[in-house]
Amino acid sequence: MDCSLPSRGEWHHNRPMQELDAFRHAVRHWLEAHYPPALRGAAMPIGDLYTGGRHPKPVHPAQPAWCAAMASRGWTVPEWPAKYGGGGLSREQSAVLREEMRRLGAPTPLFSFGISMLGPVLLKFGSEAQKRRFLPEIVRGDIRWCQGYSEPNSGSDLASLMTRAEDRGDHYLVNGQKIWTSHGDEADWMFCLVRTNTSVPKHEGISFVLFDMRTPGVTARPIKLISGASPFCEVFFENVRVEKAHRVGEEGQGWAIATYLLAHEREMISGLGSLISGTALAPRALKIFGTDSDGKLRNAGLRHSLARFELDSAAFRITLAQAARTRNAAGMGAMASAVKYFGTELNKRRNELHLDIEGANALQWDARGPAGEAWAADWLRSKGNSIEGGTSEIQLNIIAKRVLGL
Amino acid sequence: MPLSLTEEQEMLSRSAAEFLADRASLAQFRVWRERTHEQAFDPELWREIVGMGWPGIALSESQGGAGLGFAGLGIVLEQLGRHLSVTPMNSTVLCAATTIQLLGSTQEQATLLPQIIAGSLTLSLAWDERAHFDPCGVATTARSTAGGWLLNGCKRGIADVSSVDRLLVVCRLTGEAGDREGRGVFIVPRSTARLRIEATPMVDGRNCGEIELDGVELGREALLGGAAAPAAALERLADIINAGLAAELLGISEEAFARTLRYLKERSQFGKLIGSYQALQHRAANWFVELQLARSLVQEALLALDAEPGLALAAQGPALASMAKAKAAQVAELATNEAIQMHGGIGMTDAHDIGLYIKRARTLEQAFGDQSYHLNRLASLEGY
Repeated sequence: MDCSLPSRGEWHHNRPMQELDAFRHAVRHWLEAHYPPALRGAAMPIGDLYTGGRHPKPVHPAQPAWCAAMASRGWTVPEWPAKYGGGGLSREQSAVLREEMRRLGAPTPLFSFGISMLGPVLLKFGSEAQKRRFLPEIVRGDIRWCQGYSEPNSGSDLASLMTRAEDRGDHYLVNGQKIWTSHGDEADWMFCLVRTNTSVPKHEGISFVLFDMRTPGVTARPIKLISGASPFCEVFFENVRVEKAHRVGEEGQGWAIATYLLAHEREMISGLGSLISGTALAPRALKIFGTDSDGKLRNAGLRHSLARFELDSAAFRITLAQAARTRNAAGMGAMASAVKYFGTELNKRRNELHLDIEGANALQWDARGPAGEAWAADWLRSKGNSIEGGTSEIQLNIIAKRVLGL
Repeated sequence: MPLSLTEEQEMLSRSAAEFLADRASLAQFRVWRERTHEQAFDPELWREIVGMGWPGIALSESQGGAGLGFAGLGIVLEQLGRHLSVTPMNSTVLCAATTIQLLGSTQEQATLLPQIIAGSLTLSLAWDERAHFDPCGVATTARSTAGGWLLNGCKRGIADVSSVDRLLVVCRLTGEAGDREGRGVFIVPRSTARLRIEATPMVDGRNCGEIELDGVELGREALLGGAAAPAAALERLADIINAGLAAELLGISEEAFARTLRYLKERSQFGKLIGSYQALQHRAANWFVELQLARSLVQEALLALDAEPGLALAAQGPALASMAKAKAAQVAELATNEAIQMHGGIGMTDAHDIGLYIKRARTLEQAFGDQSYHLNRLASLEGY
């Protein structure tokens, strides 16, 4: 039996079904050979996924090897072109790969903003040199990226951003401040929106640049949240030198790039809603409240809330699956806003239900659930879901304008 | 965005919409609701619908149907909801033909289904006895006699009761009201002695009513399938009916949304279109999202009910049917309430069409279980 895989990029779209079966067979064999035994059966909540970078902090020691093995096939980003290090797989093949990973319980080998946000931007707007330099690094997880978007006075009104990039011939001199930069203190490089022109309307004076966080003048300072954690930073720029070669797209094209990227971010955040399925709610509720003689949960109000949450979760899952099936290369379009809006509101509901179920126990700082969940911290963190990546209100604005034509 | 997924379904959806806009539109409903007779539907319209093959949409080709499954039937029901059409599609096709399909003997199916497809037989399902759907709470009795059966009891909430040729009456053969097992379905012609039929006009202008069975005598053959109906078959029957009603509710919500969206772009106050105000924009956008979610569940429920037994999706049929009905009812409440509110005072007038949707929506929600019923059932199905 020949189980060897063809080299990367040899698989083409629209091959007959039996070739997809052959692909599945080969993928299964390869995964079984390369998925580290140490990771099998390990719980892998979203916060424990491997994020790569110059100074990786794997939660499990076997994560870097798993990432490297997958990256060697380009399967950390299965659908990117093989010439930039990606897997070169068709959407069908990529689905097969995901199914086979799920079969083994294998987590995504690399979770990064490079994959979900910067990569799609570089593929669409980047120069050939930028693609060849940055995309393979993203595939391997060599560099951890952060996103320099929001500023203290530019939250929902992102286009009003004030961080200045002064033209100094072959480079820009950047001064200003970003805020809500996820993992800004741990990231290696930043993709950043800067103002290159102050004499044109606000949307037209923005450019999209890339720079190393080690560049002199860059300072990242973590912000402590109500959850006690500090996943976000303030980042200060004082005379930071950014090469013009590291500008993506034309000068002034930054807003178009930013909105393209935001649609990908929304899809990623809404996708997390289905990833963080977490502990099933009903079994916990049954354990804590018990049932009456009819077998009904001994808390009628909670029972009703659980049923409503369950049906909305199912509706969301099915909607997400349909949107993913019908999405085109440019993404889900305005549906991404609908999905982001509902997915994040749903996740807030889930966390409130955790509190209802666990009661005062969930409000103890140090309390942990049966799977190690930090009830209180997770609940408080979830409040940010409907703010980050564009607030729920901004998503509703987008739907009203772009979909409904209001 | 209609329920259709395939090209064939899309064509069906489009042709149904075109036909109904022409022959069973809202304007025609307005004329119909002013009728002075007790006829439940326009026989001429029904003949045309029969001519298009709608009564057989869900039935297999071997049964003389189109083989488009409940997903196909759902597409037509969605359009009937959008147009507030008055037809016996619910009573005769969604409820009665499905009952015969699930419970009838081969012989009964071979006799009755072709008559339904040909338009020569209309029926309605008489299940409810109280104001809330309670599928096991059947107290109407059927006692075996020397020559056949003796039926006693009252039924209510029977669609199209004044016009259908026969009634399918759910009776108790054994046990007591509340028992899952021991129920059977009887075929009762409307002209049967000691059967009293009374119309109880509902808010939505459609015909509906009650029957009293005061010692009705029937032959042996009147019991559908010749035996008590398995509880699981009756549950599947209710699931299919609820998924169909959910499709019709979805159509109502979509039409109310489309009309309200149009109004937001026409009506001005304070010198601006009211649709330019964020307070209304956000509510409209939320409404749009809720519509997508309801559509997803209705579509999935219909697919699950069509799925081959044994498939994982088929096993989810009962839960999905309850989810679809509960969600479609919740969204229809949102839609019809918001439709009136966003139209303002004019939305409260009988002269304006938008107020018609709320009436049909609530009668459909109540039939075969409202939101509370289905949330309760969902929780029980999931073991909590």
